[in-house]
Amino acid sequence: MVETVTLARSGSLAGRRMASVTELAPVARFSFRGSEATAIKLGEAFGARPAVEPCRSSVAGARSALWLGPDEWLLIATDQDAGTLFAALETALAAEPHSLVDVSHRNTGFDIVGAGGAGLLSEGCPLDFDLAAFPVGMCTQTVLGKAEIVLWRFAPLSFRLECWRSFAPYVADFLAQAADNQD
Amino acid sequence: MLLIPCPYCGPRSELEFKHAGEAHITREPQVADDQAWGEFLYTRTNPKGIIAERWRHTSGCGRFFNCLRDTVSDNILATYKSGEPRPSLETSGEPSR
Ligand SMILES: [Zn+2]
Repeated sequence: MVETVTLARSGSLAGRRMASVTELAPVARFSFRGSEATAIKLGEAFGARPAVEPCRSSVAGARSALWLGPDEWLLIATDQDAGTLFAALETALAAEPHSLVDVSHRNTGFDIVGAGGAGLLSEGCPLDFDLAAFPVGMCTQTVLGKAEIVLWRFAPLSFRLECWRSFAPYVADFLAQAADNQD
Repeated sequence: MLLIPCPYCGPRSELEFKHAGEAHITREPQVADDQAWGEFLYTRTNPKGIIAERWRHTSGCGRFFNCLRDTVSDNILATYKSGEPRPSLETSGEPSR
Protein backbone atom coordinates (compact mmCIF):
# COMPACT_ATOMS: atom_id res chain seq x y z
CA MET A 1 0.00 0.00 0.00
CA VAL A 2 1.34 3.39 -0.91
CA GLU A 3 -0.11 6.24 1.03
CA THR A 4 0.87 9.86 0.80
CA VAL A 5 0.28 12.11 3.74
CA THR A 6 0.93 15.73 2.93
CA LEU A 7 1.90 17.59 6.04
CA ALA A 8 2.51 20.92 4.37
CA ARG A 9 0.84 23.74 6.24
CA SER A 10 -0.51 26.92 4.77
CA GLY A 11 0.45 30.32 6.04
CA SER A 12 3.45 32.57 5.89
CA LEU A 13 5.84 29.92 7.20
CA ALA A 14 4.63 27.19 4.87
CA GLY A 15 7.71 27.35 2.66
CA ARG A 16 10.10 26.75 5.51
CA ARG A 17 8.08 24.03 7.14
CA MET A 18 6.88 22.18 4.12
CA ALA A 19 7.51 18.47 4.06
CA SER A 20 5.76 15.43 2.70
CA VAL A 21 5.75 12.03 4.35
CA THR A 22 5.17 9.07 2.04
CA GLU A 23 4.79 5.47 3.11
CA LEU A 24 6.72 3.36 0.61
CA ALA A 25 5.71 0.28 -1.32
CA PRO A 26 7.19 -3.05 -0.16
CA VAL A 27 10.79 -3.69 -1.21
CA ALA A 28 13.32 -6.46 -0.66
CA ARG A 29 15.35 -5.97 2.53
CA PHE A 30 18.01 -8.08 4.17
CA SER A 31 19.85 -7.92 7.43
CA PHE A 32 23.44 -8.89 6.66
CA ARG A 33 26.05 -9.61 9.31
CA GLY A 34 29.64 -10.66 8.67
CA SER A 35 33.24 -9.48 8.65
CA GLU A 36 34.50 -6.70 6.42
CA ALA A 37 36.06 -9.35 4.16
CA THR A 38 32.70 -11.09 3.81
CA ALA A 39 31.06 -7.73 3.15
CA ILE A 40 33.35 -7.27 0.14
CA LYS A 41 32.25 -10.67 -1.20
CA LEU A 42 28.64 -9.72 -0.61
CA GLY A 43 29.17 -6.41 -2.39
CA GLU A 44 30.35 -8.21 -5.53
CA ALA A 45 27.13 -10.22 -5.66
CA PHE A 46 24.77 -7.51 -4.44
CA GLY A 47 26.09 -4.58 -6.46
CA ALA A 48 26.32 -2.00 -3.70
CA ARG A 49 29.44 -2.67 -1.62
CA PRO A 50 28.73 -2.23 2.10
CA ALA A 51 30.54 0.80 3.50
CA VAL A 52 33.17 0.12 6.16
CA GLU A 53 33.04 3.68 7.44
CA PRO A 54 30.52 3.97 10.29
CA CYS A 55 27.10 5.44 9.52
CA ARG A 56 27.61 5.59 5.77
CA SER A 57 25.60 4.15 2.89
CA SER A 58 26.53 2.99 -0.57
CA VAL A 59 24.16 2.97 -3.53
CA ALA A 60 24.43 1.27 -6.92
CA GLY A 61 21.35 1.70 -9.05
CA ALA A 62 18.42 0.04 -7.28
CA ARG A 63 20.64 -1.50 -4.59
CA SER A 64 21.53 0.22 -1.32
CA ALA A 65 23.64 -0.95 1.61
CA LEU A 66 23.32 0.93 4.90
CA TRP A 67 25.92 0.59 7.70
CA LEU A 68 24.14 -0.20 10.98
CA GLY A 69 27.07 -1.52 13.03
CA PRO A 70 30.69 -2.67 12.63
CA ASP A 71 29.54 -6.04 11.28
CA GLU A 72 25.94 -5.27 10.36
CA TRP A 73 24.30 -3.74 7.30
CA LEU A 74 20.76 -3.24 6.01
CA LEU A 75 20.47 -4.13 2.32
CA ILE A 76 17.63 -2.70 0.24
CA ALA A 77 16.80 -3.70 -3.33
CA THR A 78 13.92 -2.28 -5.34
CA ASP A 79 14.56 -4.17 -8.58
CA GLN A 80 14.17 -7.82 -7.65
CA ASP A 81 11.94 -9.95 -5.45
CA ALA A 82 13.40 -10.96 -2.13
CA GLY A 83 13.30 -14.71 -2.69
CA THR A 84 15.31 -14.66 -5.93
CA LEU A 85 17.85 -12.20 -4.58
CA PHE A 86 18.19 -14.08 -1.30
CA ALA A 87 19.05 -17.28 -3.15
CA ALA A 88 21.62 -15.49 -5.31
CA LEU A 89 23.31 -13.86 -2.31
CA GLU A 90 23.37 -17.10 -0.32
CA THR A 91 25.02 -18.87 -3.26
CA ALA A 92 27.68 -16.16 -3.45
CA LEU A 93 28.32 -16.35 0.31
CA ALA A 94 28.18 -20.15 0.63
CA ALA A 95 31.83 -20.44 1.74
CA GLU A 96 31.74 -17.45 4.09
CA PRO A 97 30.68 -17.33 7.74
CA HIS A 98 27.82 -14.84 7.75
CA SER A 99 24.20 -14.20 8.59
CA LEU A 100 21.71 -13.12 5.94
CA VAL A 101 18.07 -12.73 6.96
CA ASP A 102 15.16 -11.67 4.77
CA VAL A 103 13.54 -8.81 6.71
CA SER A 104 11.53 -7.41 3.79
CA HIS A 105 8.26 -7.57 5.70
CA ARG A 106 9.68 -6.60 9.08
CA ASN A 107 10.16 -2.96 8.12
CA THR A 108 8.03 -0.17 6.77
CA GLY A 109 9.74 2.65 4.92
CA PHE A 110 8.82 6.33 4.79
CA ASP A 111 10.29 9.08 2.64
CA ILE A 112 10.35 12.47 4.32
CA VAL A 113 11.02 15.07 1.66
CA GLY A 114 11.11 18.84 1.77
CA ALA A 115 12.65 21.79 3.56
CA GLY A 116 10.67 21.01 6.72
CA GLY A 117 11.69 17.36 6.97
CA ALA A 118 14.55 17.80 9.42
CA GLY A 119 12.30 19.96 11.59
CA LEU A 120 9.67 17.22 11.77
CA LEU A 121 12.26 14.61 12.73
CA SER A 122 13.74 16.92 15.37
CA GLU A 123 10.46 16.72 17.28
CA GLY A 124 11.40 13.21 18.34
CA CYS A 125 15.03 12.55 17.38
CA PRO A 126 18.05 14.04 19.21
CA LEU A 127 20.42 14.07 16.22
CA ASP A 128 21.82 17.24 14.65
CA PHE A 129 20.44 17.44 11.11
CA ASP A 130 22.74 20.21 9.91
CA LEU A 131 24.31 19.06 6.63
CA ALA A 132 27.77 19.27 8.21
CA ALA A 133 26.78 16.96 11.07
CA PHE A 134 24.45 14.65 9.12
CA PRO A 135 25.63 14.79 5.50
CA VAL A 136 24.01 13.23 2.46
CA GLY A 137 24.78 9.50 2.50
CA MET A 138 24.79 9.24 6.30
CA CYS A 139 22.60 6.55 7.83
CA THR A 140 22.15 5.44 11.40
CA GLN A 141 19.92 3.68 13.83
CA THR A 142 18.39 6.11 16.27
CA VAL A 143 15.07 6.91 17.94
CA LEU A 144 11.94 8.84 16.99
CA GLY A 145 9.94 9.31 20.16
CA LYS A 146 9.51 5.80 21.55
CA ALA A 147 10.29 4.04 18.26
CA GLU A 148 13.66 2.74 17.16
CA ILE A 149 14.29 3.74 13.56
CA VAL A 150 16.88 3.66 10.80
CA LEU A 151 17.36 7.10 9.33
CA TRP A 152 19.16 7.74 6.03
CA ARG A 153 19.70 11.08 4.31
CA PHE A 154 19.81 10.26 0.59
CA ALA A 155 19.56 13.84 -0.67
CA PRO A 156 20.00 17.22 1.07
CA LEU A 157 16.27 17.56 1.77
CA SER A 158 15.28 13.88 1.65
CA PHE A 159 15.29 11.32 4.44
CA ARG A 160 14.39 7.63 4.35
CA LEU A 161 13.00 6.37 7.63
CA GLU A 162 12.69 2.64 8.25
CA CYS A 163 10.91 1.30 11.30
CA TRP A 164 9.50 -2.02 12.34
CA ARG A 165 6.16 -2.62 10.69
CA SER A 166 4.16 -2.59 13.93
CA PHE A 167 5.63 0.83 14.76
CA ALA A 168 4.60 2.36 11.42
CA PRO A 169 1.22 3.77 12.61
CA TYR A 170 2.97 5.31 15.64
CA VAL A 171 5.69 6.85 13.46
CA ALA A 172 3.16 8.23 10.94
CA ASP A 173 1.04 9.69 13.74
CA PHE A 174 4.13 11.10 15.46
CA LEU A 175 5.18 12.94 12.29
CA ALA A 176 1.64 14.23 11.72
CA GLN A 177 1.58 15.51 15.31
CA ALA A 178 5.01 17.07 14.79
CA ALA A 179 3.63 19.00 11.82
CA ASP A 180 0.68 20.15 13.95
CA ASN A 181 3.06 21.29 16.68
CA GLN A 182 4.86 23.50 14.20
CA ASP A 183 1.69 25.16 12.97
CA MET B 1 21.26 14.95 29.15
CA LEU B 2 24.67 13.39 28.56
CA LEU B 3 26.36 13.52 25.16
CA ILE B 4 28.17 10.18 24.93
CA PRO B 5 30.82 9.60 22.25
CA CYS B 6 30.23 6.10 20.89
CA PRO B 7 33.62 4.76 19.68
CA TYR B 8 31.92 3.82 16.40
CA CYS B 9 29.20 6.42 15.77
CA GLY B 10 30.55 9.55 17.45
CA PRO B 11 28.77 11.79 19.96
CA ARG B 12 25.15 10.79 20.54
CA SER B 13 22.41 11.62 22.99
CA GLU B 14 22.15 9.61 26.19
CA LEU B 15 18.67 8.58 24.94
CA GLU B 16 20.30 6.09 22.56
CA PHE B 17 22.34 4.29 25.26
CA LYS B 18 21.90 1.90 28.14
CA HIS B 19 24.25 1.71 31.11
CA ALA B 20 25.65 -1.78 31.73
CA GLY B 21 27.56 -1.68 35.00
CA GLU B 22 31.21 -1.46 35.97
CA ALA B 23 33.80 -2.47 33.35
CA HIS B 24 36.86 -4.74 33.53
CA ILE B 25 35.33 -7.23 35.97
CA THR B 26 36.69 -10.63 35.00
CA ARG B 27 35.01 -13.92 35.70
CA GLU B 28 37.04 -16.90 36.87
CA PRO B 29 34.57 -19.48 38.16
CA GLN B 30 37.14 -22.32 37.98
CA VAL B 31 39.30 -20.80 40.68
CA ALA B 32 36.74 -18.83 42.64
CA ASP B 33 35.81 -19.92 46.15
CA ASP B 34 32.56 -18.74 47.68
CA GLN B 35 34.10 -15.50 48.88
CA ALA B 36 35.65 -14.62 45.48
CA TRP B 37 32.49 -15.63 43.62
CA GLY B 38 30.35 -13.48 45.86
CA GLU B 39 32.65 -10.54 45.31
CA PHE B 40 32.56 -11.07 41.55
CA LEU B 41 28.79 -11.04 41.61
CA TYR B 42 28.09 -8.24 44.04
CA THR B 43 31.11 -6.15 45.04
CA ARG B 44 31.69 -3.00 43.02
CA THR B 45 34.15 -0.18 43.59
CA ASN B 46 31.44 2.52 43.48
CA PRO B 47 34.00 5.34 43.58
CA LYS B 48 33.38 9.00 44.20
CA GLY B 49 35.32 10.11 41.14
CA ILE B 50 36.42 8.35 37.98
CA ILE B 51 34.90 4.97 37.16
CA ALA B 52 35.30 2.69 34.14
CA GLU B 53 31.90 1.38 33.12
CA ARG B 54 30.21 -0.41 30.27
CA TRP B 55 27.63 1.23 28.07
CA ARG B 56 25.72 -0.12 25.12
CA HIS B 57 24.65 1.94 22.11
CA THR B 58 21.32 0.10 22.06
CA SER B 59 19.43 2.44 19.75
CA GLY B 60 22.44 2.94 17.49
CA CYS B 61 25.12 0.51 16.38
CA GLY B 62 24.17 -1.91 19.16
CA ARG B 63 27.73 -2.24 20.45
CA PHE B 64 29.00 -2.47 24.01
CA PHE B 65 31.93 -0.20 24.80
CA ASN B 66 33.69 1.15 27.87
CA CYS B 67 33.59 4.65 29.25
CA LEU B 68 35.52 6.63 31.87
CA ARG B 69 33.08 8.85 33.75
CA ASP B 70 33.46 11.12 36.75
CA THR B 71 30.65 10.16 39.11
CA VAL B 72 30.77 13.57 40.79
CA SER B 73 30.39 15.77 37.71
CA ASP B 74 28.99 13.21 35.20
CA ASN B 75 31.81 14.39 32.94
CA ILE B 76 32.71 11.72 30.38
CA LEU B 77 36.50 11.63 30.04
CA ALA B 78 37.01 8.87 27.47
CA THR B 79 35.26 6.07 25.63
CA TYR B 80 36.98 3.06 24.10
CA LYS B 81 36.06 -0.21 22.42
CA SER B 82 35.49 -3.39 24.40
CA GLY B 83 38.72 -5.35 24.65
CA GLU B 84 40.91 -2.27 24.58
CA PRO B 85 42.86 -1.40 27.76
CA ARG B 86 41.61 1.31 30.06
CA PRO B 87 43.25 4.55 28.86
CA SER B 88 45.40 6.44 31.32
CA LEU B 89 44.31 9.99 31.94
CA GLU B 90 46.73 12.84 32.31
CA THR B 91 46.17 14.19 35.78
CA SER B 92 46.52 17.91 35.29
CA GLY B 93 45.18 18.81 38.69
CA GLU B 94 42.34 20.64 37.02
CA PRO B 95 39.04 19.92 38.72
CA SER B 96 36.60 18.25 36.34
CA ARG B 97 33.66 20.37 35.36
ZN1 LIG C 1 27.37 3.43 18.15
